[in-house]
Amino acid sequence: MEKTYNDLSKKELMTKIHQLKFAAIDLNLYLDNFPDNKRALDDYNTVTAKLTSAIDIYEAKYGPQTNFGGSQSKYPWQWVDEPWPWEIGE
Amino acid sequence: MWNYDKKLEYPVKIKNKDLNMAKFLVTQYGGPDGELGAAIRYLNQRYTMPTGKTKGLLTDIGTEELAHVEIICAMVYQLLKGATPDELKAAGLGGNYAQHDNSPFPTDANGVPWTATYIATLGNPIADLHEDLAAEQKAKITYEHLIDLTDDYDVKDVLKFLWAREVIHYQRFGEALVDVYDLLDKKKYY
Repeated sequence: MEKTYNDLSKKELMTKIHQLKFAAIDLNLYLDNFPDNKRALDDYNTVTAKLTSAIDIYEAKYGPQTNFGGSQSKYPWQWVDEPWPWEIGE
Repeated sequence: MWNYDKKLEYPVKIKNKDLNMAKFLVTQYGGPDGELGAAIRYLNQRYTMPTGKTKGLLTDIGTEELAHVEIICAMVYQLLKGATPDELKAAGLGGNYAQHDNSPFPTDANGVPWTATYIATLGNPIADLHEDLAAEQKAKITYEHLIDLTDDYDVKDVLKFLWAREVIHYQRFGEALVDVYDLLDKKKYY
């Protein structure tokens, strides 16, 4: 049976998020030109639902991924936790 | 507005310091065909696009280019990590150290700073989308040159990702151009 997002290691979960985010970006650009393509839209919505659930699990375990109201933080303010993306390279 | 996503669009895990490559690569940050120019070009052109679709596409590709600025800066940061002033000087980066220490700074490969003259906006969707198609081709070729300049797998891997994105953006801008031509044709009455 495939592992649920909750069972993945931090690294595996981030890889999954990278993959889903990339699919969302690429489908988003395509849909900008072809908004009435139902298959692409279904794919976009499926990917987005999976991405949201993967990010929710990641943030609950490791802290906020987006600023300005994107996600709640535990105490103390976790947004400033290191490493930052260019340091860890992911 | 924009939010920050605390991750790179594509992982950058460079293990080996390479100051020469950092000097070449920085052109994709602040050079004429770099990612900063691309982001500003598209985000600036969106205001005079004729349709919701083209306004969306310019916004979204412009936003993705900002993520590519971050990838290039992460690469330069990692390639320069731990470099001493002597090492920087030997690699032709003494000027960078004098003015910016080990920080990335938006210049081309020869140290010429980024300038708004690298972007163009005519306010005409046909002219602007042609500009964008050319820009994606030029960025793609620059990535090919950069790939020729390194043997480091970690660097090549990221450059290939960015190369492939130029191809996709070219494709999307081409579709948008055809769509705008169709729109303009529909407006003609004889």
